[in-house]
Amino acid sequence: MTDTPLLHLSGLTKAYPGVVANDDVSLTIAPGEVHALLGENGAGKSTLVKMIYGLVKPDTGLMEMQGAPFAPPEPRAARSAGVGMVFQHFSLFDALSVAENIALGMENAPRMSALSARIKAVSETYGLPLAPDRIVGDLSAGERQRVEIIRCLLQEPKLLIMDEPTSVLTPQEVEILFKTLRKLSAEGTAILYISHKLEEIRSLCDTATILRLGKVVGHCIPRDTSARDMAEMMVGSALKTPTRAGKEPGEVVLALNGLSARSPSAFGMPLRDISVEVRAGEILGIGGVAGNGQDELLATLSGEMLTAGGMIHFGGDDVSLLGPTARRARGMLSAPEERLGHAAAPDMSLTENALLTGAVREKLDTGGFINWSRARGFAEAIVERFDVRTPGPANAARSLSGGNLQKFVIGREVLQRPDLLVVNQPTWGVDASAAAAIRQALLDLAEGGTALIVISQDLDELMEISDRFAALNEGRLSEPRPAAGLTVEEIGLMMGGAHGMEVAHV
Amino acid sequence: MIRLEKRPQPSRIFSLATPVLAVVATMIFGGLLFAVLGKDPLVAIRTIFWDPLFGEFAFYYRPQLLIKGAPLVLIAIGLSMGFKAGIWNIGAEGQYIMGALFGAGVGLAFYPLEGWYIFPLMVLAGAFGGWIWAMIPAILKVRFGTNEILVSLMLVYVAEQFLASMSLGLMKNPEGFGFPGSRNLQQYESAFNADLIAGSGMHWGVVAAMIAVIFAYVLLSKHRLGFAIRVTGEAPRAAKFSGVNPARLVLFCLGVSGMLAGLAGMFEVSGPAGQVTIDFNVGYGFTAIIVAFLGRLHPIGILLAGLLMALTYIGGDIAQSNLGLPAAAIQVFQGMLLFFLLALDVLTNYRLRFGTGEVA
Repeated sequence: MTDTPLLHLSGLTKAYPGVVANDDVSLTIAPGEVHALLGENGAGKSTLVKMIYGLVKPDTGLMEMQGAPFAPPEPRAARSAGVGMVFQHFSLFDALSVAENIALGMENAPRMSALSARIKAVSETYGLPLAPDRIVGDLSAGERQRVEIIRCLLQEPKLLIMDEPTSVLTPQEVEILFKTLRKLSAEGTAILYISHKLEEIRSLCDTATILRLGKVVGHCIPRDTSARDMAEMMVGSALKTPTRAGKEPGEVVLALNGLSARSPSAFGMPLRDISVEVRAGEILGIGGVAGNGQDELLATLSGEMLTAGGMIHFGGDDVSLLGPTARRARGMLSAPEERLGHAAAPDMSLTENALLTGAVREKLDTGGFINWSRARGFAEAIVERFDVRTPGPANAARSLSGGNLQKFVIGREVLQRPDLLVVNQPTWGVDASAAAAIRQALLDLAEGGTALIVISQDLDELMEISDRFAALNEGRLSEPRPAAGLTVEEIGLMMGGAHGMEVAHV
Repeated sequence: MIRLEKRPQPSRIFSLATPVLAVVATMIFGGLLFAVLGKDPLVAIRTIFWDPLFGEFAFYYRPQLLIKGAPLVLIAIGLSMGFKAGIWNIGAEGQYIMGALFGAGVGLAFYPLEGWYIFPLMVLAGAFGGWIWAMIPAILKVRFGTNEILVSLMLVYVAEQFLASMSLGLMKNPEGFGFPGSRNLQQYESAFNADLIAGSGMHWGVVAAMIAVIFAYVLLSKHRLGFAIRVTGEAPRAAKFSGVNPARLVLFCLGVSGMLAGLAGMFEVSGPAGQVTIDFNVGYGFTAIIVAFLGRLHPIGILLAGLLMALTYIGGDIAQSNLGLPAAAIQVFQGMLLFFLLALDVLTNYRLRFGTGEVA
């Protein structure tokens, strides 16, 4: 490391109407440093990196790049100054090849053959094997991320910003990525790494800056700080670890017999011959990389997608041909991943959203006529019991923060006393304290004798709450195994290893 | 660069005020248009909005308001159900024609028999005619995923051919000296949809429109089916998740709108129009689309919008004959109304941002 910092930020402030996203944030990154940016959702991480990448202009404050003032008016300027960014959500065209996708993002794209050669060269140097002529639609999530990374590396950045890069990867794929990042760092490229997965940060990053409510609340050396201490710095208070009392599982509540179904969407994943039983009081955790049949599994269980008869038995009866309302009446409840637009109608009030799934079990209507005061009462009960921060149930679902809406969506199902609850990504994009509250609610529900299926991409979460663990891979479900004692290596193999990606040789 | 940014919570007052603002803006720009055409804008606006209600001949025009407003409201109420759910029946004009043909057909079949039951049977037949015509796009959509906009619209032209064929053939008045057109139902007591109070313009169609407004209001605000319609429009996936069967909703929404359009056609042919003629339809089915949006898809709003639209129709007629305004200018004027409403609607839900893009 040299004495001149690569990037120096001092006193950056950015306010949006009603919220100060960044308040007097200062940060220094040296060349070759792997710097973690930690914080809950809404802490201001995204705003900060968007300012560095030229997507957002700071209200006040200074940025310096290698000692010179740096104020990129747009991402193009940031890129030419040597800043590259890999976003959490990929911006790739499925129907185009790798090289074509990369060419689209370049200012002066070279001829295709020359570009392909450069892609090959870069990918081999950094242990990211990738064939330039493959169609992106056929690539796994890990390989798509490689495309994004290579797109950045072709510009030879001095600073690479990575926003939650591992959320779509298996443990093996994470290992490959980390090897690449370490090599980049050794060559002098600084990396600004955004994540809330603390163990990853401990293994990868040299330094960390922790943000809370837009302010820098601390710095630490991740290797020397425990994950728990970092989490408490992020949240600002002591964390409650979800607790549970061990209990023998009861009767079989749900039995899937060779569940197979075609996906309704063109790029979806069919379900292939899934057989599993879930018992009362048990939590079955289902892991797997996104897009391996999670949405389809939830849809077949909620009744949105009907299967052939005999595939789904609930409480001993075949419910395969019943729709969502009939399944709810029997006690089969679910909460999908997508909060806005699937689990909840964004522009409708919380009262209306409470009615959305609560009508049958909470008796919110008589003969089809809605009892609005009962519906409001139910919404208020959810808001109170699950500590949903909102001025009242008349507010639109859209106006709630992600964590609060998620608490509402999960709470809505939990309060209906389900016999089976299926949730997909219950704490996705939710801050740590809300996530802990949701997990505790799920554990309490199991304690009360409900059978649960928790589908999630957060392995730590699954290990924390599941009794048994299984993984979805290419629409197939692995044999469930007791969660206690599973190693990361074993979980990774259940999830399909490195998805056929060649292992990096760095 | 100008961008639209979604407002987190649209102002309630502003969203109630937009129809009024749209009318005012239409008056201003319509006035400009009339001025360019060489007419005194104030006189033109007064002729359109004031004379039908309070002018010298208002006693003649006021009943017309109900006669022209009722079919618009009846059809628009039906359309609004589908529009709320994202199901676009553009072919109400065709369903209106078929309702009229079925209703008139039943009436003419009984001629010259008199009986109290004839008119109720005609009502049922009219509703059925509109419903069956709307079931064609509905079933094609549910079974084969066809686009209901295209199918329902094209069926309008099919219905118009039917209408021509009927008034020249099967339903032609045998005592009509060879002129096209059916017997005049106004002269057939059992089939005549007469004013309930003579000279008021208040015929059964007006009653049906009022019932439809109340029915739609209760359905949308108090009933699960209305809730299903609204959720489907707002968030189709959430609706499906909550247990709404999309196919059934398509059948219901298209069925209801077809039925109401058919009723409107039947009440028109047995009352104000009196007979099946080649040019029986005058575009109520299309204008009702404007009425539905002008009334913001709300039953009470539609009632008011239907009356306003009827007013511009009547006022437009007066302006044409008294001031010599071209018919096209009146149509532009009516189009402006929808344009300003939709434009102001955008501004209710979004705010304009000027300057370079900043992704927040």
